[in-house]
Amino acid sequence: MEFVGKIFTLAVTAIFVQNFVLSRFLGLCPYIGVSKKLDSALGMGMAVIFVMTMASTFTWLIQTYLLIPLDLKYLQTIAFILTIASLVQLVEMIIQKTAPALYKALGVFLPLITTNCAVLGVAILNINEEFNFIESVLNGFFAGLGFTLVLLLMAGIRERLDKADVPKSMKGMPIAMVVAGCMALAFLGFSGLKI
Amino acid sequence: MSIILFAVATLGALGLIYGLGLALASKKFHVDVDPKIEKISKGLPGVNCGACGYPGCFAYAEAIAGKGEEINKCAPGGEDTIKHISEIMGIKASMKERNIAVIHCRSGGKNNTFLRYYYQGIATCKAAILVTNGPNLCNYGCVFQNDCIVACNFDAIHLDDNGMRIIDKEKCTGCGACVKACPRNLIELVPVSKKVHILCTSHDKGAEAKKRCGNKTACIGCGLCVKKCPVEAIELQDDLAVINYDKCVSCGLCAEVCPTKSIIDPLAGKRKIAFIIEENCIGCTICAKKCPVDAISGEVKKVHKIDPEKCIGCEICFAVCPKEAIEMR
Repeated sequence: MEFVGKIFTLAVTAIFVQNFVLSRFLGLCPYIGVSKKLDSALGMGMAVIFVMTMASTFTWLIQTYLLIPLDLKYLQTIAFILTIASLVQLVEMIIQKTAPALYKALGVFLPLITTNCAVLGVAILNINEEFNFIESVLNGFFAGLGFTLVLLLMAGIRERLDKADVPKSMKGMPIAMVVAGCMALAFLGFSGLKI
Repeated sequence: MSIILFAVATLGALGLIYGLGLALASKKFHVDVDPKIEKISKGLPGVNCGACGYPGCFAYAEAIAGKGEEINKCAPGGEDTIKHISEIMGIKASMKERNIAVIHCRSGGKNNTFLRYYYQGIATCKAAILVTNGPNLCNYGCVFQNDCIVACNFDAIHLDDNGMRIIDKEKCTGCGACVKACPRNLIELVPVSKKVHILCTSHDKGAEAKKRCGNKTACIGCGLCVKKCPVEAIELQDDLAVINYDKCVSCGLCAEVCPTKSIIDPLAGKRKIAFIIEENCIGCTICAKKCPVDAISGEVKKVHKIDPEKCIGCEICFAVCPKEAIEMR
């Protein structure tokens, strides 16, 4: 039971309280860039969930069984980036093969997951928080879920904003920025949760 | 030393493993790309000017190979490109007539511009027109910060001694980059065979337009050219005469009557007059019907005559005659 409670805490923390986009402010590029359409936002979200989970898994293994025993902790950043870049390449190939439409919709943002700081962020945070293997994998998964949730919310709002009567000077990016700010404020409310 | 070795070996091993994994994956998830796309894009100019309506040359190549897009949309590439693509795709397409840019303003040089003030701000036209509608007195004319020259990818716009922008007819590909760059919308793409242009964009009323134009060649909206045009190709739009190039036959009659000389006609005095070669004429009356000034007369199945007094040298009859019985002399 204690384990389930811990996972629940982990989930709520990663998805809401410490949401990667709106309270840690990581991964803002795709948050603004890919949130114009709901379906491409969903695709991007799925790709990020997959990459984050895989990245958490592999980086934890590399940290624990390679870097710590060999006393090479200072190589953490470069080793993690290498891992994430390879993973993204792999995901890109798989998506191009299995879902060409999604591949086209994601466009340049797919390779950009490589440099998405949210992915590197979750990998490094897992180590800093001293999570064990299961926790790391789950934290990666939940962080991706939180990212996807926010991306979908944003895409939904922006799709409606396209049809709304927005003043000319506020159309497009300005109103998106305002919305992003409002969402961050709203998510600030979760920081009161005591878990 | 051992630390360095460890570090290098670890990262090297990681890189090697990932590289091998990706190599295997790329074999397994290999996607065949249409080889035509690569071939077509090699034949395109690669300047990514956007004249075809696609974001770049590669996107256009994809559209040709994938969606069956027309192959004659590349303005900079011209005929060579069409030939190249038609060989790859196995379809034929004729070249569209080449467009070139025409600047509809004759002011904006050193000695033919009236100034409100000396503009010393950011050197772009877009910035210049924000300050009390531009430094020149005319609210419609060129503000001479040369955004068009910056926008041109083909080095086709140059300044002459007077600081006027001259379009190099040989180099201009009709891509339209300057058209988009000009904040005054002075530039228009015109088929290269059309020679007569109204070089003014001022919608001011007659006296006002004349007063503001430093070159004294403003269109005053008098409408003489509209009345004179034999093919009804000129229209007055809000005190400005505008040529409809679809109808224009470049006869130059409008340039003759324009009181302010705002219409230019580089062919003036060089036009030839049409003559009928009598042995070839079969009397089909096509030329007589097409003649905009009724200079051709004649009965059906009899040899026609052209009145040299009336003929304006527009070459329409020369173009439509099915028997090549008309020559220009």
